[in-house]
Parts: sequence; structure tokens; C-alpha cells
Amino acid sequence: MNIVVLIKQVPDTWSERTLSDGDKTLDRASSDAVLDEINERAVEEALKIKEAGDAEVTILTAGPDRATDAVRKALSMGADKAVHVNDDAIHGSDAVATAKVLAKAIGTVGDVDLVIAGNEATDGRSGAMAGMVGEVLGWPSLTHANELSVADGSATVKRETDEGTCDVTASLPAVVSVAEKINEPRYPSFKGIMAAKKKPVSTLGISDLGLDASEVGLAGSLVQVDSFAPRPPKSGGQKVEDEGDGGQKIAEFLVGQKLI
Amino acid sequence: MSEVLVLVDHVDGEIKKNTYEMLTAARRLGEPSAVVVGTPGTATKLAEGLAAHGAEKVYVAESDDAVNYLSTPQVDVLAALVERVSPPAVLIPAGADGREVAGRLAVRTNSGWLNDLVDIDGDRNGQHSIFGGAFTVQSHATTDTAIVSWRSGSIEVEEAAGAGTQETVEVPAIDAARSAKVSNRAPIVGGDRPELTEATVVVSGGRGVGSAENFEVVEKLADSLHAAVGASRAAVDSGYYPNQFQVGQTGKTVSPQLYLALGISGAIQHRAGMQTSKTIVAVNKDPEAPIFEIADFGIVGDLFSVAPQLTEEVGKRSS
Ligand SMILES: Cc1cc2nc3c(=O)[nH]c(=O)nc-3n(C[C@H](O)[C@H](O)[C@H](O)COP(=O)(O)OP(=O)(O)OC[C@H]3O[C@@H](n4cnc5c(N)ncnc54)[C@H](O)[C@@H]3O)c2cc1C
Ligand SMILES: Nc1ncnc2c1ncn2[C@@H]1O[C@H](COP(=O)(O)O)[C@@H](O)[C@H]1O
Repeated sequence: MNIVVLIKQVPDTWSERTLSDGDKTLDRASSDAVLDEINERAVEEALKIKEAGDAEVTILTAGPDRATDAVRKALSMGADKAVHVNDDAIHGSDAVATAKVLAKAIGTVGDVDLVIAGNEATDGRSGAMAGMVGEVLGWPSLTHANELSVADGSATVKRETDEGTCDVTASLPAVVSVAEKINEPRYPSFKGIMAAKKKPVSTLGISDLGLDASEVGLAGSLVQVDSFAPRPPKSGGQKVEDEGDGGQKIAEFLVGQKLI
Repeated sequence: MSEVLVLVDHVDGEIKKNTYEMLTAARRLGEPSAVVVGTPGTATKLAEGLAAHGAEKVYVAESDDAVNYLSTPQVDVLAALVERVSPPAVLIPAGADGREVAGRLAVRTNSGWLNDLVDIDGDRNGQHSIFGGAFTVQSHATTDTAIVSWRSGSIEVEEAAGAGTQETVEVPAIDAARSAKVSNRAPIVGGDRPELTEATVVVSGGRGVGSAENFEVVEKLADSLHAAVGASRAAVDSGYYPNQFQVGQTGKTVSPQLYLALGISGAIQHRAGMQTSKTIVAVNKDPEAPIFEIADFGIVGDLFSVAPQLTEEVGKRSS
């Protein structure tokens, strides 16, 4: 089995996140960057398949220099190698352009059987990359998996979303996206961290992918951001100690606000 | 006037409110055409509601495949219609299923995708609310068709009579090798409470609630206020309450008139899903809990005495 895991470095949700004034893209410099938690689960799921049988796990990310840290973390969990697409021209790509880049990069890995992504990133939250990459490749996508099994040339997932649950099956090659409840990702061991330093990472530019600068980045994007504004910060109101009448106090407040 | 496509959000023969919001928004851009993708017989049940909310046309794409495959039937039907009518926009619900349809459709038709819009004007300028409402962003698509994912609960629904003329369109044959087959479909049944993202009042419980049984305290207060029940991720992870009710960064985004947080510390990821609520009330034992930084009214106290008392007070006032 040849598995590719799509990972994304995102601003730490614990830190202040903002956009840059200049080109109105995510301001990656101003916040701490981490491997998105959902992608740790994607890596974990790939490693489980590897451990149960025989698989090679390749990490794939499209991101700036800094994303190397996220790649190393995924490798230290136990993935075998990585492809890091890093090109200034990609900066500012919209979801459609990103999907094209990722699909081309998957093509450089060889005969891929399975692509595993997160169901939704914590920064952009487009929540559709697995489906979009599948669309570009012409592969089925099995999304929002809370359980994944791969056997006999097909993948089956238990899918859970706000709308409901179902079982989904498709033949390989396919793209799967994992949901938050699928597993608990392992922590990299010291040995894993040391080993990761020696694992191969190939860095590719868009020309290596056969793409032109006009197809990606701000130039190639089909959506343009015109402006952004921070919401006025919300400040706390009244805070009172309960003296046995806390519930009544809230009721009075709600009556005052005409909420009850 | 140009046709604006709206993918109808429906479950069990009923239209979801989000559809009416999208029809309302679509009228700013042109003439709304509703697109029903469902099993045979679905459109008949929806026709009246769609016409009453301004649908001039209703494209009826009915086939058993509509529920037997994941997102592909919707993408195929919409892609064919985009090709045919060149709409300025296609509006699609921004839920998990809808975003998948929208993202794939954007790839398929090479159109700009405006994801998770909370507003759009007549010139197709969209507004998003990102990072849990910390920023609003304006953007537009540079392509002839904009694919729009619409966040439910964003605008007021306005009724308007439309002709609702039905036209049958084909659900293209599914290529099984390239599609994901669905079985054992079970829609999430919300029960008698309002849906979380649509509710005017939300009462949420966190780790402080302590157990699944204790969530009854949260539910009772919610019921007295005709509210939806929400939960923090810690409460969900601890098995106190089902996943689908999680509010926050990786759960649902809610923006009700009133949000009541019981035993929730107010971590940044929880706030990301509820901080745009109009009024926030918090009950927490810890006076330093960050939830108080954004609460309009906070009680430092034990939720197990405050919440039941509030339930009783609300009961007195409504009877
Ligand atoms: C990538 C990522 C995504 C995340 N996504 C989400 C998300 O979508 N939603 C979410 O909620 N969290 C999310 N989190 C988790 C978040 O960081 C917090 O861990 C979580 O919100 C804490 O939940 P809590 O407030 O219920 O629990 P705690 O932080 O443990 O707080 C419990 C609170 O209850 C109070 N309490 C205890 N007993 C009582 C009592 N009897 N009466 C009154 N008060 C009491 C305590 O004082 C405490 O403040 C995410 C984290 C990460 C890293
Ligand atoms: N630039 C990227 N590089 C690699 N994977 C990505 C990238 N963007 C998105 N993904 C994958 O797609 C998933 C969903 O992201 P999104 O659709 O942006 O919410 C992420 O969890 C990743 O697995």
C-alpha cells in the first residue's frame, strides 16, 4: 500500500490569529504555527494501516519554509518520507488552486492507493479539500471518517457529520478525510524524533509539478479578498458571586434584557 | 434576469430553513431557481415551500442514486445546470455535505468558491466571518459563476411568491469506480429541541457538568427556555454528550440571541464557536475562568444550584 497523508501547518489556535494588511492572506509570521491537530489523526490512521500490514507512508504538504516543522513532526510519529511543495508562487492560493497543487504533487509519489487528509483545517475551515483533491484526480472521496478500514482494493468508512451517519465504500485509489473522533494520535518518541531527522524530504517547486505560476497563488486564484476588519472586541459585563440567589439574579438580568 | 441556482437542503420531505435564507439572498442576484436532488417523489413535497419563498423555477433531479452516493449526484446535477444556464451564483448550504458539493463543483466548473458566507450583496460581494468571528472578510469571485456556501442563520428569511415552475432534469449515470457508495444512512434526529445553529437560545454544558446523567440539569434549563443544548469538547470527549452538539473551533458555530455557558472555562477554541452570540451568560465556580471575559452576565457559583434555580424562575415567568 502506498499512502499519502496531506498535512497542513496552521496558526496555533491558542495564539492570536490575524491576516496581513498587504495581501490580505493569513499572517503566518505573527502567530505560532503547529501541525493541525486533525492532521495528527490523519497520520495516526495511516500508521495504523502500516502497522497492521505493509504500507509506505508519505507526508505531503504545500506550505512555506516553516512548514518543515510540521513535516518533521509527522515523520517523527513514524511516517517514512515526505514531499514538501514550497514555492513563493503558491502563496495566497485559494482552495481550488490548492487542490490542483496537491493533486499534482500526489502524482509525483508514484502509484498511490490511498490519500488521507483532515476533514477540516482549523484556519481556513473550508472542510472540503479531500473531496476537491478527489475531484481533480477523478478518485472517489470518503469524507468525515470516524472509522476507516482498507481491504481487498477498497476503503470503507463510518462517516459522521452534523447531518447524520452512514457507511461509505469506494474502490481504491481513493481519498479519505478523517474526523476528530477517529483516533488518539501518538506522541513522537525520542527515537522517532531522532529518526525523523534522517528521513527523506523532497522539496518541490511548481515547475516540478508541471504547473505555471499563473495557475496558482494570488494570480491563479478565482477568489479575491477585498478587505477585512477585526470585530470590535467584546468585553465582560457584570460578574457576581452566588449567594444562594444566582439563578434569580440571572433571571432578573434576562428580564431586563427582554430575553425572557 | 439571470437565473441563480439554489441547492435545496431537505430532509425527510421537509425543507430546511437555510434554503429559505438562500432563496432570499439569491433574489438580490437574479431570479432564484431551486434545485432539488433527491429520491423520486421528493420535489412534490417541497414545491409549495419553494414557490412561497421566491423560486421561479424548480429543477427536479430525482433518482435513488441521490442518496446512494456521496456528493457526486449533487455535483453532477449542478455542474450540468451551471453549464446550461451560466448562473452568476450557485448557493449551497455550508454544512459538511454542502461544502463538499461546493468545493467539488468549484473544481469541476473552475469557478471561484466563496466559502461560508454570512452575507452577499447584489454585486456578488460576499462577507465571511472567520476565526470564530474575530474578523469579517469581504471577497468576490473573479469567475462568471460564483460557488457560494451559505452559513445558516445568517439573514432573515423573506417570503416572496415565485412561479415555482417545475422542470425535470437528469441525474447523470454514476461512474461507480469514481464514486463513494453510501449505505445505512441515518439522519441525525434532533429530537424536540431546536437545531443548534438555528436556535435563538443555546444552553451549553462543559466538563463542570461532571457526567452524562448530570447533563439533565443543562437539558432542563434548555427546555424551560425552548433552547438548544450545546457542549464543550471536553464534555463531548468525556462522553457526557454526543459529538454533534459540540460548539467551538472544531464543532458548530452558533450565534444565538442568548448563550448560557454552564461549567465551561471558555478556552479560546470554545469561544471561537460562540463569541458572536448577542448575549452571553456564564456560570462557573472559578472567578478567574476566561469565559467571564466575554460574558455579559456571570455568576461565580455552583451550576448545580444556580441552573435549577434559574429553570424554576424561568418556569414561573412563563406560566
Ligand atoms: C485544535 C483544537 C480544537 C478544539 N476545538 C474545540 C471545540 O470545538 N470546542 C470546545 O469546546 N473546545 C475545543 N477545544 C478544547 C479547548 O481547548 C478546551 O479544552 C475545552 O473547551 C474545555 O472544555 P470545558 O470548558 O468544558 O472544560 P474545562 O476547561 O475543564 O472547564 C471546566 C470548567 O467548569 C468549571 N466547573 C467545574 N465544576 C463546576 C460546577 N459544579 N459549577 C460551575 N462550574 C464548574 C471549572 O471551574 C472550569 O472552568 C479544542 C482544542 C484544540 C487544541
Ligand atoms: N496546503 C496544504 N497542504 C497539504 N494538505 C492540505 C493543505 N491544505 C489543506 N490540506 C488538507 O486538507 C484538509 C482539510 O483542509 P481544509 O479543506 O482547508 O479545511 C487538511 O486537514 C489537510 O489534510
